[in-house]
Amino acid sequence: MNTLLTLVLILVMVAAGGWVFRFAGQKVTGNAPAFRDMPFAVAFGYVLGACLLLFSIWYFFQPTTTEAGVPNAGVVFFRWAVQFFIIAAIAAFLFRLLGRTVGTAGSRKLFRQMPLTASFGVLVVILYAFTAIFAAWIAPHGQEEIFAKVNVLPGGNAATGGDPLHPLGTDQIGRDLLSRLIYGAQNTVGIAFVTTCLAFFLGGSLGFLAATLQGWLDQILSRAVDVLMAIPSLIFALLLMTIASAWAGSERWLLTIYMIIIIAVIDSTRVFRLARAVGLNIVVMDYIEAAKLRGEGLGYLIFKEILPNATAPLLAEFGLRFCFVFLTIASLSFLGVGIQPPLADWGTMVRDSAQFINFAAFSPLTAALPLLAAGAIALLTVGVNFVVDWMLHRSSGLKE
Amino acid sequence: MHSVIRIILQRLALGLLTLFVVSVVIFTAVNMLPGDFAQAILGQGATPEAVEAIRKDLGLDQPPITRYFQWLGGAIQGDLGNSFAQANFASFVGADSGVRTTVAQQIAPRFANTMFLAAVTACIAVPVSLVLGILAALFRNSVFDRATNVTTLTSISSPEFFLAYVLILFLAVLNPLLPSLSNIFEGMSFGERLEKTLLPALTLTLVVTAHMMRMTRAAIINLLASPYIEMARLKGMSPMRVIVKHALPNALAPIINVIALNLAYLITGVVVVEVVFVYPGIGQLFVDSVKIRDIPVVQACCLIFAAAYILLNLLADILSILSNPRLRHPK
Repeated sequence: MNTLLTLVLILVMVAAGGWVFRFAGQKVTGNAPAFRDMPFAVAFGYVLGACLLLFSIWYFFQPTTTEAGVPNAGVVFFRWAVQFFIIAAIAAFLFRLLGRTVGTAGSRKLFRQMPLTASFGVLVVILYAFTAIFAAWIAPHGQEEIFAKVNVLPGGNAATGGDPLHPLGTDQIGRDLLSRLIYGAQNTVGIAFVTTCLAFFLGGSLGFLAATLQGWLDQILSRAVDVLMAIPSLIFALLLMTIASAWAGSERWLLTIYMIIIIAVIDSTRVFRLARAVGLNIVVMDYIEAAKLRGEGLGYLIFKEILPNATAPLLAEFGLRFCFVFLTIASLSFLGVGIQPPLADWGTMVRDSAQFINFAAFSPLTAALPLLAAGAIALLTVGVNFVVDWMLHRSSGLKE
Repeated sequence: MHSVIRIILQRLALGLLTLFVVSVVIFTAVNMLPGDFAQAILGQGATPEAVEAIRKDLGLDQPPITRYFQWLGGAIQGDLGNSFAQANFASFVGADSGVRTTVAQQIAPRFANTMFLAAVTACIAVPVSLVLGILAALFRNSVFDRATNVTTLTSISSPEFFLAYVLILFLAVLNPLLPSLSNIFEGMSFGERLEKTLLPALTLTLVVTAHMMRMTRAAIINLLASPYIEMARLKGMSPMRVIVKHALPNALAPIINVIALNLAYLITGVVVVEVVFVYPGIGQLFVDSVKIRDIPVVQACCLIFAAAYILLNLLADILSILSNPRLRHPK
């Protein structure tokens, strides 16, 4: 109740501050139009923003440990978040600068129009791809390598229960967590990528086929897709995974293969819809008519005539679908039915280390572990979404 | 007949048909299990007699079509069969206590809990997203708009469990304002229940609000180029009034649609969030049953989720038809 009262009091004070700010502005600038026509809400917003900024700066410079020697966990986390944000912004800016000076004329032009968020997204995607491909060289240990020391705390400081050999510590059976985090990029991202490609191959080819042939094939495929789309995808995936787990029996790796197929099929329905819609707009074009009159086969029509003209919308959709598949796989693994151990995977890591979050007040580093794995998932999807958002914005033209 | 009623009846019939086909799909999927349920429960070392006994007990000796209609008929009357985990197979060793938990008994209280969570989320998310969407449209391309754009994009793309753990970290562990475990039981007072539900509801709000807010903003901005908005502006209306009085009512159809779609999404998104917060809802029951392969419960939950999803989509469809004045008042 007390917190609520304080909050209301602060809001009232900010509101008063907003009024004073506008009034003072009007008086000082001699009724400049910017202040004269300023709605109260805008003044309120400015003052609120300024207050939040000031509070953040004050909070940032609070000591990280209290007088009693206990870490001030709130400040520690806040500093990490702010530092990450600033580093990310600087990295994105430098990356854009690099893109503007190096490369072909086309790529330089692309980087010139790019907002900071999109360049951040591109940078994130490149970093993840690099980590995923070269995981074996980057990771200090193997993903299934078991060490004698179990439950080593993160930090690498021997005095606080860490070990310099394992900067992020080890898990309950002694596997190096940093290595598993790096290998997680390979497994989680790699599997999601393969699944999305499969979904696009399935959905795209069937969608174009339906658009080109039309008639009964189109009807059957479209109605089947309607039915599959009426079941929420995560629920359907879980149902099918139950059955797949019975089929796979004790062979865990088989379950991962089944998962790829199941999610690819479920997701291909969305791709089918888009591919069919885009395809229908293309098959009425004159050049398709010309190709048909030339006597070209179905394969030529689909791959040489329709596909090149449908790449732009399909590419943006690929980004979105990848995010969706990636999140579905991460959720399934988090729920314990996705990617199976001993493969390192972020969703499973979050689930296994989730209880550490309760120790945040005593040891912020330990509590950061589940957030690190979950954040690794979030960062990639956020990055891809930033890029896709920019691509869609560009292709839709600049509407107000 | 009135054209609107005809369209709505058509949609309803279509929705029922979809539901029927979906139930067939679910039933077929479940029947693709290797061997059958009896084998699945008893495992490798089962004696043929025990398998036969369970098969008879569960009615598995009948052909699939008969079983499908029995299941469907039962489901319509609210009888979803017996849960494998709870059905005590004690009867086969001669000690039947006579008490069997039906799937319906297991699901009913949890379904109520999930609905409560969804309702709380909707009560927070809908007003917040509408206000934010209107504000973002009003101050479009300003710092505020860009900041909300980036924030919402981030929260849409993050996995639910990431948001959940961040909220737990800040609101439950570092500042103990709300409980991080939602252990809800019967006989709790409403206030206590609300307090325990608040953190999962906030997580879902973050996920859902982002989407609704972006759609609200887009729907309003789409209309701002129309001549009647220009007219309203020219006669000196304040920007806020232009949006609330002139743009919003016309943007209502897409907004209602996206709200209903997001409520449908809530039904799915609820699974992960319930697991994180150990909220005793239908999503958690579903995941637990998936893990122990309790087929009747999985089947029933799947059907309920699908039904809710289809119904909400149907509602979205119907509401957007109703909000179109051209269809409501045909010439």
